[in-house]
Order: sequence, then C-alpha cells, then structure tokens
Amino acid sequence: MEEEKNKRAHEDVCPGKKHKLDLKTARAQVAETNGPEYWRSLEELAGSSEFQEMMHREFPKGASEWLDAVSRRGFLKLMGASLALAGMTACTKQPLEPIVPYVRQPEEVIPGRPMFYATAFTLSGYASPILVESHLYRPTKIEGNEQHPASLGGTDVFAQASILGMYDPDRSQTIAYLGDVRTWGNFLEAIRGPLSAQKAVQGAGIRILTRTVSSPALADQLRSVLKLYPQAKWHVYEPVNRDNVLEGARMAFGQPVETQYRLENADVIVSLDADFLYAGFPGSTRYIRDFAKRRNPEAEIAHQYHDEFRPESAMSRLYVVESTPSSTGAKADHRLPLRASEIDGFAGELLLALAATSNSLKTNKGTEFLQAVAANLTRKRGSSVIIPGDHQPPAVHALAHEINQTLGNVGKTVFYTDPVDANPVNQTESIKDLVADMRAGKVDMLFILGGNPAYDAPTDLGFDDALKNTKIPMRVHLGLYQDETAELCQWHVNEAHYLESWGDTRAYDGTVSIVQPLIAPLYGGKSVYELTALLAGQAEATGHEVVQGYWRKQHPGADFDTFWRKSLHDGWVDGTTFPPKQFATKVASYLPSVNIPPNAVEINFRRDPSIYDGQFSNNGWLQELPKPMSKMTWDNPVLIGPAMAARMGLKTEDLVTIELNGKKVTAPIWIQAGHPDNSVTVFLGYGRRRAGRAGTGTGFDVYPLRYSATPWFTTGVNITKAGGTYKLASTQGYQTMDTPEGARPQVRSASLEEYRKEPDFAKEEEPPAELTLYKPYPYEKEPYVWGMAIDLNACVGCNNCIVACQSENNIAVVGKEQVVIGRHMHWLRVDAYYQGDRDNPKAYFQPVPCMQCENAPCEVVCPVGATVHSTEGLNDMVYNRCVGTRYCSNNCPYKVRRFNFLLFQDWETPQYKMMRNPDVTVRSRGVMEKCTYCVQRITQHRIDSERENRKIQDGELQTACQQSCPADAIIFGNINDPNSHVSKLKAIARNYSLLADLNTRPRTTYLAEIRNPNPELET
Amino acid sequence: MKRTPIYGMMAEFDSPTTLVEAAHRAHHAGYLKIDAYSPFPVEGLAEAVGFHKNGVPLVVLIGGLLGGLSAYALQYWISAISYPINVGGKPYHSWPAFIVVTFEMTILFGGIFAVFGMLALNGLPMPYHPVFNVPRFAFATKDRFFLIVFSTDPKYSPTETRRFLESLEPRSIAEVPS
Amino acid sequence: MDEPRQPATINDSAPVIEPGYTFASVTDKISSIVLTRPTSNGWFLGFGIAFLLTMMMLYAIGYLFVRGVGIWGITIPIGWGFAIVNFVWWIGIGHAGTLISAILLLLRQSWRNSINRFAEAMTLFAVACAGTFPLIHMGRPWLAYWMFPYPNSMNYWPQFRSPLVWDVFAVSTYATISFLFWFIGLIPDFATLRDRASNRWAQMIYGMLAMGWRGSARHWHRYETAYLLLAGLATPLVLSVHTVVSFDFAIAIVPGWHTTIFPPYFVAGAIYSGFAMVLMLAIPIRKFYGLEDFITERHLQNSAKVMLATGLIVAYGYVIEAFMGWYSGNRYDTFTLWNRLHGPYAPCYYALLACNIFIPQLLWIRKLRTSPLALFLLSGVILTGMWLERFIIVVVSLHRDFLTSSWGMYYPTRWDWMTFIGTIGLFLAAMFLFVRILPMISIFEMRTLLPEAEVKE
Repeated sequence: MEEEKNKRAHEDVCPGKKHKLDLKTARAQVAETNGPEYWRSLEELAGSSEFQEMMHREFPKGASEWLDAVSRRGFLKLMGASLALAGMTACTKQPLEPIVPYVRQPEEVIPGRPMFYATAFTLSGYASPILVESHLYRPTKIEGNEQHPASLGGTDVFAQASILGMYDPDRSQTIAYLGDVRTWGNFLEAIRGPLSAQKAVQGAGIRILTRTVSSPALADQLRSVLKLYPQAKWHVYEPVNRDNVLEGARMAFGQPVETQYRLENADVIVSLDADFLYAGFPGSTRYIRDFAKRRNPEAEIAHQYHDEFRPESAMSRLYVVESTPSSTGAKADHRLPLRASEIDGFAGELLLALAATSNSLKTNKGTEFLQAVAANLTRKRGSSVIIPGDHQPPAVHALAHEINQTLGNVGKTVFYTDPVDANPVNQTESIKDLVADMRAGKVDMLFILGGNPAYDAPTDLGFDDALKNTKIPMRVHLGLYQDETAELCQWHVNEAHYLESWGDTRAYDGTVSIVQPLIAPLYGGKSVYELTALLAGQAEATGHEVVQGYWRKQHPGADFDTFWRKSLHDGWVDGTTFPPKQFATKVASYLPSVNIPPNAVEINFRRDPSIYDGQFSNNGWLQELPKPMSKMTWDNPVLIGPAMAARMGLKTEDLVTIELNGKKVTAPIWIQAGHPDNSVTVFLGYGRRRAGRAGTGTGFDVYPLRYSATPWFTTGVNITKAGGTYKLASTQGYQTMDTPEGARPQVRSASLEEYRKEPDFAKEEEPPAELTLYKPYPYEKEPYVWGMAIDLNACVGCNNCIVACQSENNIAVVGKEQVVIGRHMHWLRVDAYYQGDRDNPKAYFQPVPCMQCENAPCEVVCPVGATVHSTEGLNDMVYNRCVGTRYCSNNCPYKVRRFNFLLFQDWETPQYKMMRNPDVTVRSRGVMEKCTYCVQRITQHRIDSERENRKIQDGELQTACQQSCPADAIIFGNINDPNSHVSKLKAIARNYSLLADLNTRPRTTYLAEIRNPNPELET
Repeated sequence: MKRTPIYGMMAEFDSPTTLVEAAHRAHHAGYLKIDAYSPFPVEGLAEAVGFHKNGVPLVVLIGGLLGGLSAYALQYWISAISYPINVGGKPYHSWPAFIVVTFEMTILFGGIFAVFGMLALNGLPMPYHPVFNVPRFAFATKDRFFLIVFSTDPKYSPTETRRFLESLEPRSIAEVPS
Repeated sequence: MDEPRQPATINDSAPVIEPGYTFASVTDKISSIVLTRPTSNGWFLGFGIAFLLTMMMLYAIGYLFVRGVGIWGITIPIGWGFAIVNFVWWIGIGHAGTLISAILLLLRQSWRNSINRFAEAMTLFAVACAGTFPLIHMGRPWLAYWMFPYPNSMNYWPQFRSPLVWDVFAVSTYATISFLFWFIGLIPDFATLRDRASNRWAQMIYGMLAMGWRGSARHWHRYETAYLLLAGLATPLVLSVHTVVSFDFAIAIVPGWHTTIFPPYFVAGAIYSGFAMVLMLAIPIRKFYGLEDFITERHLQNSAKVMLATGLIVAYGYVIEAFMGWYSGNRYDTFTLWNRLHGPYAPCYYALLACNIFIPQLLWIRKLRTSPLALFLLSGVILTGMWLERFIIVVVSLHRDFLTSSWGMYYPTRWDWMTFIGTIGLFLAAMFLFVRILPMISIFEMRTLLPEAEVKE
C-alpha cells in the first residue's frame, strides 16, 4: 500500500520522465554544438521555458515533502515548525477596508467579545448565508444567518468547516512560476505581452475555465472580458454539476429553469433518488427546516382533536426511491431501493399510474409500492411534491416536472425561477470543447480560475494529459492549493479564501449575498475577481472596487452607501430574490428507457458526503467527519449491498477491482445495508495526489472511472475480488440495536397510529426520584438548571452539529490511524442504527452529546474531583485537575467522554492558534474531555444578563450544536422554567431518557421518533 | 591496676530448659536485676526473669484509634466543610464511602505504632551494649543461652554471685565489663 | 506463641523439618548461603536475564512518559487495559505472603516458619510491581501526588468517594505494613548474621540493621507481642486490600463489574495465585540451595491444598457470576455472559476456565501434590489463568457495554507486552538479590521448630 502510494507520488512529481526534454537529451543538445556556439546555446537552453519546465519536472518544488514517508502527524509538526520560523506567528491582519488604527481601540471592538459579520459561503454556485464570529478580527466560528430565508440559522457541514479551510497551512502561499516564488508584479508583466498579442486576434487564443458561477459581479466581469476579446471563450466545469437538471428543464420547458420546493406545504414528498436533506443539494438547509416542521406528530395529534376538516395527517409522509442509502432515505416512511438506472422507469410508471387508473399497470418491480404512492399522490393533488435527484438523467427531471404539473403542485409546493447559475451551459460539453481546442492547438492562454480539472475532469477527455502535452504557451491556475492542476500550469496564483476576499453570490432562491472579508488574505492571495479584472484590463482593481462598483451600477443613486451598508449588515441584497415564474411545459412524451437486465451490475458515482468532489479533501474536520450512513472517516470504500457481497463472498474491508471500459480501480468495500442489489456506489474526491497533509493519499481516486457520457451511473462495470484487505476507519463498528440477548431500546420509535394509541410508549419505567437513600440536590432553588431535548423525529443526520461542536470547542483531529483504534475526539456524535431486513432496513439517527446526568457515574469515580457537578446541573470537566485515570470514561454508560491518549492538539502551527476559540481551553495530552453544553456560552450570557440585571431569556442562549442545527432538532434551555421551550418539549409524552433504568437521570433527553407510514403499504 | 566498673556477671547455658531453670533459681535466690538472652523466644523466660508489664498492646491501641479517627475526621472536613461540592448527586458527608480509608488508616497507624513502639520500649536501636564485650556472647544469636545478674542488683557481689552462678552448672561464667 | 507440637505428630507424613538438625546446624546452613557460599554462575545468569527484562521495562516506561498512554492498546471504550490487569494480578500474588506470615501465624501453623520469610519478600516485590501500574497508567503521571490529601494552593483535595483513592490508601498501607512485618522478622536474623559475619563490611551493615538486638528475654517478650499484634492487623488488611481492589470494579456500573460477589472471590483468587507463585519460587530455590530439609514435601502439599481450596472458591465465584448474569434477566448482564461465551474474546474465557478450574483439579491426586515438577507446572498454569481472569474482567466487560454504538475492541501493543514482561523481570531481579543478601528462611523461627527448643519441666 505505502510504497505503491509513494510510487504514484513519484511518477506524478516526475511526469516529464518519459517524454519531452530530459537531462540526457539536454546534454546531447549541448554536445552537438561546439565552439562559441556552445555557450550561446547553453544560455538559450537554460533560458528556454521548455528547459525550465524540464528542470521543474526533474527537481519539482516540494517533491521531497510528497515523497518522504513521515506520518501525516509528524509531517504536520514539521510544517508547523517551519511556518513558525517563517515568522507567520499569529499577528492578526485586518481587512484593508475599512482600516481601523489599533492604537486607538475602535469603539465596536471589545477584546474578549466576539463580533459577528454576515457573509456567504458558496458551493457549486449556491450560497449558504452565514454569520462569522470574529475575535479581534480573527474569524473563529461560522454560524447560520437567522434572517436569511435560505438559512434561518442553520448551516451545512461544508460551510461550517470552511473556517478550517481558510487557516489551512497547506494552502498555496505564493504566486509561483514553475514552482518558484514570484510576485504579483512578475505575473503582471509576464502576461502583459501575451495579452496584448491576443488583442490583435480578438483573443482567439484565450480560454477561461471557471467553476459554476452564480456571482453577478463575476459574471458581469467575464462578459466584459468576452466583449474585450470577442473570440475568447468562457468554459465552465465542475465535477459535481447540474447538467441533468438543466437538460431536464430544457426537455420540459425548452430553457434552463431553477426548481424550488416548499416542503412546508407538502403532505406527500416523493424523492426520486434525491438526497435533498443533506448538504450539497441546493437549498438543503432550508428544506431540512421545512421538512422537520411538517414531521411534528404533536401538531398532527392536535389536528385530530381540533380540526375535523383535516381528516388527513398534518404530518407529512416521505417516500424515497433511491439508488444508494442516504440520510434522506433514512428519514423515509417508505423506502424503495432501486438501481439508479431503474428510476426513470419508475418515474415513467408513476406518471402513467397517475394518468391511467392505477390497476392497468404492467407489473414491474415495486408495483405495489408504486400503486400506493400513486394513490397517495392523487389524494394529495396540490399538496404533494416530486423531487428528482441531480444525478438522475434529464428524462427523470422532465418526468418529475410533468408529474408535478399534472398533480397541480406547481405554484403550491413547486416553484420555478430563473437559474441561479449565471452561465447555465452544459458543463460536460463545455470542457469537452475546451479540451478539443487545446488539442487542436487553438489555445494560447488558458486561465483556470479555481477548480482542479487535472484531477476531476472526465477521464475520457484526458484533461491532465492535454494540459501536460499540448504546448499551451501560457497556462495560469488560480487556486487555494498548489494541486494537481497547478502542477501542470506554469503560473500559479494563490487564491484568496472567501473569508479573505470580497465578492457576491446567490442562494438557491436567487437572493444575492455580498461576501465580505473577515481578515486580510493571510498569504496575500488574489480573488477571482481581481484576476478577472486583470483580464478585463483593470489591472489593479481590488475585489472591493469590483464588487462595489458592480452594485453601484445596479443601485445607482444617492442612497447607495446605506444600501451597501444594509446589504453587508443583513447578509443579503434586498430585491434580488428571483420571483417565481410560470413556464409552459412542452409535453415530453415518455418513452420507456431500455430495460437494464436485472443482473447487470451498475456503478454509481456520488459526491462524497464529507469532502464533496475533493475540494475539501485537505480539511481535517471533514475528513474525520463520520459519513451519515456508514460512519466512515478518511476513506471512500465501495458501497455494496449485503446480497451482492454474499454472492461474491466479500467481507467489509476486502479489496475489489472495479473495471470500466478498460480503466481499473482497486478499493476496499463496505457492506451497506439497504443498498440495492447488483449495484455499487463509489464516492468522488479521494485519492488526491497533491491535496496537503490531510488529503494526500487518503482513499481511492475513482475519477478514472468517470466518463463524460456517464458521469453519475452506468452498467457494464466489472467487479472482481482483488484479494487482500484494507483497514477502514468507521467510528461506529456496530450499527444495530439488536444483540444476541435481545434488542436494546436506544432509539425508540413508533408509527403515528401507535403513538396515538399509546402516547407514552417511549417511557421506560424510570425509577422514581424519591427512590434513593440520599437527599437529592436542591436544584429547584437555582435560577437556572440547564437541560437539552433532542427530537429524533426532526434529526436528519446531517452532521452539522458535529462540525459546529468541533469548531466551537477546539476539538482536535486525530487522523485515520487513531480513528481505527477508536480514539476519535468528537464530543457530539450521531449514532446511526439499522433495523430489520438488511436489504431495506429502517434507519435511525441519534445525536449523543454528554447527558449531563444528575447522578453522574463519572463523577463518583474520579479520584481527584476533576469532574464535578455545578449548581446549574452541569457535569463540569476540570481539565487542569484531570490526571487521566480514564475511570470516568469506563463508568460512563453513554461513552461520550473523549481522552487525549497522545498529544492530539497541534500546538505549533500558528494558523491553528489564530483559528481557535479563545473562550475554550485547548486540551493537552493525558486529559479527559467532553461536551460541556458550551459552558463558555452559558457564562457569557450569564455575565451579560447580570450586567443588565435580568434573567437569561429563553432562546437567547444557544449551544453550538443547537445553533447550527437546520432541523431545530436540538433544544437547550433552563428546565427550571416551566415555560421554556425545552421544558415544554420534555413534557411531551414521547420524551424519554437514554438508559433511564440506570437512574443516572440524564439532563439530555430524547423525543422518540414517530413515522407516518401509509396504511396501504403496511405489511 | 585500675579495675573497670562491672556491668554484671554472665553465665552461659546450652539449652533453653537449663536457662529457664537457672533464671527461676536466680529469682528465688533473691536476685531481682537479672536478664536472660536466647537465640529465639523461649516460653516462660520473661516471667522467670520477673518481667510482667508489657506496654506494647496499649501503644498499638492508641495508634489504631489515632489513625482511624484522624482519617475519618480528615475526610469529613475535606468533603463537607473545606470544599463541599456536588459529586454525582451524593451527599457531602457520604459516610459509607469514608469507611474504607478510615479502616486502612487504623491498620497503618496501628502497625507503625506496634513496630516503633516495640523498638522504643526495647530501647533499640542501641549499637553499643556491655554484654557484647563478652566474646562468647556472639553465640547468643546461635545456640547458646545466657543469664546475667546486673551489678546494680543489691544482692550483687563479685564473689557471692559467681559462686551462686557456678551452682547452676553453666558451661562458662564471665564478668561483663561496662 | 506457636509451639511446635512435635513435628511428627502433625497430621500427615512428612515433617516440617527433617530430623538431625541442631540450633547450630540450622543457623549455619541458612546463614552460610548469605555469608560464605560463593555466588554461583547460575545466580549470575538468572539475575542477568531478570535485570535485562527490568531494563526493557524501564525503556518501555520511558517511551510511555515521552509519548503518552496512547502507545498502549487502550481506547474508548476500553479505558483500562494491561496496566490494570497486571496491577490486579500482581497485588493478588502478593497476598499469599501476608497470608502465610500473618494468618497462618495466628492459626499456629508452625510449618509456615520455613517459607514465610521469602513469601513476605515475594509480597513486597509483587506489591512493588503492582504499584508501578496505577502510576504509569495515568494520562499525566507527573501529577500522581494529587491523589494524596496534602494542603495545596489550589485548596482542593482528593475525592474520597472514588475507589481509586481507596486503592491509594489500601495499597500504600499494605506495602508499608508488609515491609514492617518483614523487617522486624529479620531483626533477630540480622543479629545472627552480624555475629557470624567475618567480613568487616558485612558486620557493619548487618550490625546496623540489627539495631543492637541481643535477644534479651524482655525484648523477645515485647517483640512477640508486637509481632502477634502486627499479624492481627495484617490479617484484616490483606483481606481488605483485594476487597478494595475489587471495589474498583464492583462500585462501577459497567455490566460484568457491578457485582457483589467480587470481594470474596477476588480475595480467594488472590491467595490462589499467591500460593502458585510461592510454589514457583520455593520449588527451584529448595532445589538449587539444597533446602529440601527445611522446605519439605509437607510445605508443598499444604500449599497445594490451599490452592485446591481457594481454586474451588474461585470456581464458585464464576458459577455465581454466570448464574446471576442469567438469573437477573438484566439485558446487559445476560449479554455480558453471552459475550464471554461467544464474543470475540471467548477463547480467553475458555482458556481461563481450563487454567483456573479444570486443570487444577489434578491436585486431588496425591502423587501430583507431592511431585515438585508437577506442582511447578500446575502453578504456572494457575498464574496464567488468574492473569486471564483479570483480562476477562477488565477488557471483556468494557469492550461491549451499554450502547451498541460505542462498542469497541482492544488489541495490546508491543509496549503493553514489554511493560508486563518487564515487571516480571523486576520481580525476579529483586528475588535474586534477596536470596543472595538476606536469609531467605527465618533462622530464629526455624530454631523454634527443633525438638530441643522446648522447655521441659
């Protein structure tokens, strides 16, 4: 494994070896010449960019770093130290504008008191509106923007973790030419000539490759560049694109259309392979909130009693048809695993079923299911919604549009708007054209603005090869990292992180947010706006000028400054939300697709739930974030169904070889309950070669199997047992509640019917409070007693709380080796359980923070009193008192305590010092740690309220996990106050405490999960 | 010639039985300040040399009580007075939990008092002692048994005592210089 | 105190000391081992090996202090691994020494006189090995002193409800008392050596240690009282120590730990393994130093019988544990039982049953009870079994507790092994030094075993 990795690395740092000029031929060339020529030719030789490129390949910068075999941890230390030497010690740099002289303290800055700025994080063109917590101009924590309709306070994992991305010490820190350090000035003069040369030919040789652009300002800039150079071309590509959505819209409406859903109005939701409850699906944050709102059985029960006119349930019902188990599928009332290729069949059937009377269906897999769905949908005309998945072919989207139309959902649960994508081209085609031009030698200047096509472009295009071997005189890469693509470009410009630069972007509903920097670029990076400005001929324009300039045009008039300030303050620009539009459907005649033979094995490509398409692969938090269903970290095993694994005699961690059209990838498997048979799922983004200390070499690169024709799934894949195994790091080895000695009621759930009949089904006989020899502690006298209620019905397992907690509480990343042993440090974990038929099990999520037991077993056994109870009922952990006997962890029945077995925290790297939350102790080796209910926030609010001489209001104080939860599943508050939200939740009948029979009296309790199954489908 | 002060007169025997008997007879003969030395504890020898009051048990009792009480007091003071804090919902004065340490401390102090009390009462350590001046006394730690009449005894007289000791048929008699 | 009812009459066959010895010959035989006999090559070889193992332990511990306890296999949920297993194992072994010297003394079992000295030494060294582990298993060992109540600027104290604090007091008390007991036992023999030694240094050193002991009748009287009282104190102590150790588990709520049966069967197990260790030491020692006359078949037999008895108590403990697991109907306890029988560590459990229950039943056979070799091997089996028992209790209970989501596995690393084997080296090295420089058999107590020690009326 290891040496193989090294070999790969070696080949990649010396790509020039086989072809092109190498030292021997160079010497030969020198030898040929003689006399005075000799010198001249040597100079020439030395001067020629070809020669320099050769040198670059023979002695690539940083090659040693990638070749040496030191562990990732060790390397991290080295790098940290060297950086410290480089004088990068945490001197905070303010953004340039507005400049605040620090000699006189600006009145809004109080040391120790964070400030919050509104900005937005953009992923594949879709913005997540956020507030960034800033301590003395150091951004430390990302939170959702409660005012913004696309967030309502929630975030997604990628936005949460992006703060670590900004401080990543592996980020590209200089402008580089063939790996040598250069200045912006060097770069300017280097491209001045070629650019002016292009003027003559109207920029026929200029190609610009961007990722999906939703930024109005940037789009405007690029268009002006194209005006300047009419022959130049703007290509768009990113591996996780929405081509299918756009094509589907074109099929249905003849033009690209953005589809939005209003799940709060939906009684029935049918997902056609759409994972709309997990980050990465545009609008997921908002959708989770709306979905959770309609999954509240209490509201439903209220309806039963007060509202005769709503015989049907107020609790929505979710049907999921999916090709790989997802958190959305886990929340489904009814789930049907189908191979991705069978789903358009299903959609077609569904359309027919809705049109025809539901008995005239030709038998097909899932018929009974389909009939029930159809019947349910017809009952819910206008209050149902069909959601197709991005990776489903255009036909499915077209069908979905048509079904939504026929059901009259449009305008009620489904809305159409203009596309958020400013340049909605077919990205696969777009990059195809680009490569064609490159090979045809039409390209003289290639600007790759962000993205990493050399790594993630469709394999059949051979983009990296084209970049390497077509003699494009000027290849410029703008990026956060010196990655696989940067390596193949002469010029690399280090990009400024979105937290360091100005910009604007659109949320899924079209609302524009102004991106404002929280800190001046740590490494003096340039934003895409600034580079584009350069092409547009405004060399020295700053991002601020560009963006503000654009909006000044949009909003002329005297009140621009107030408009600008307001937009910055609120985090969005008023009146930019796309209005819903009506589009006429041209009735797409549904032709049943070629029936895939049931035993043809299918391969699915999915964006990784943690590191997306690979752009986050150097983000330790995300790498170590357990994936929602498998709890896998640091790797992307091949998901395979139990039946298929049994047939092939495979066990989890066995290596298999996947062959597709001659390309081979060898990877371990993970047997995933509920995965459709004859189908495997692989995740993109791993196997990076130049990602950084965390990302390089983790997992397996499956892009080589991804063809432009079949980007998301295809059959005809050949899977064979490769022999050998590979260690996988899952944080939850045992994913069922059943033991050989009976099931354990860890997650309690019931159907709506059962819940009606027996509301307190979840209450295990908890020992009565008076059943003790001791006099209980008088909490009733305290002003505050903190408690938490977690609504398992609302929780969709989106993992936000985990990252938020990690960010808020300075939780260390331990690396794969340690996770394998079982030493991950997450204070808050989300357990996933499967129950029933392994081919289509019911799945449950259960977030488990510290229970803050009143009778805490951990406290009694601590010999030094390092963990004791506070008067407010918190189970306090006193780090500097802890001697590390680990007895408390042994005695914790919930196993929520985490121990620093080694020095897990990185104490050297200055960037991380800047990033950490100054309100939370950074734990060292040999100390136990655990969830504290964000005691630092409690204290903050207690101080504030006491200064204002009032009590802490309910809801003003939120823990990090609660704050980031898009579903409002976590509610924290004062349980001494009967009117607090948390007290009300705890009063609900389905509220239960975990392992109540141990009489630990947890302060964190759970609301049992209630499903709303369709009686017709009950078996 | 100057004569050194005499510490006592010592007789050597070669079995415990003869020693005990000798000790009895010395006692009856009215010698009060006598002592006997043996390589191992010999039953009845102490009584024979007229030793009755033994302070060790009392010392041990005091030690044990001291240890136990102070241990419990310490725990109570720490947990209920000096630093009362809610630990797992248990009362500050969780007496059942305090029993163990109390017990252990009773034993510890009892034991220490026993050993050092014994040594102190025996006047040990005492590197120098007149009896060691008698060369044959080296066998007192091997297989010989000694009876000594101290010169401080009112009835002591170099001649009388020697005669008396001879009447006990010892293996040898020696005058112990001090 | 203990008068030898003339050896021959004590129940069966073999006497506690072969006939024909006098005070002098006993004294010379034992003291000569220390004073005159040249040190054999065998001794140097054995000590050398033990010493190297000790060095290995120090290396492992050094690395541990540099890197942290993460170098071991422990993790969440298995927060305790080899360290605690070894701790309990060693402490248990120690118990036999105190039992022999204290309890058998009170029970007037005069045969104990010939083995109590090195049994006590064994206790001390075993406790020393045991004591190492709680210290080094801490995440921050340099703060170990926080376990003791001492006035400090933090104004904060130990938490006396924690069994670990009880441990600290119990074990340190145990170590102290065992040492004192051993030491005052040595005083008269120091005197003997002082008077026998020819070499000046030996005279000086033994002289100082003897503190001027001269065997006065008064001294002997107080001495015996103190000795007897100390035995009286040590007896409840030795029973309490392993009880307290078992509290570490019994007080916790972990299924497989939370059991009332623990104290008695921990104590039984301790004596069980202790006697096994006594035999493993006694058999080679009597062989190499030709002490068969002092450590006779009788001692081997009696030790074997004690092992048989305690072994049966331990077996009873297992049975009750299993029965309660099933009978309680508690879903966690029943599973713990299942997990021992069928879980990933099941082989260890079956090995445990074999080593601790089935194989030792061979001791019913008289021929084996009297064969040194057989006893030596059986003792080895029992020691292994008792170690496995602690492994089962610590690791197998922890690795699958309440929430199925947080189940885990424990795999010892090479550092775990190095530390464990290293302590065995430390123990043996100490034993080698002991037999070389101190009388390994209590001379004065041996004298009392001779017929002529009796005072005839």
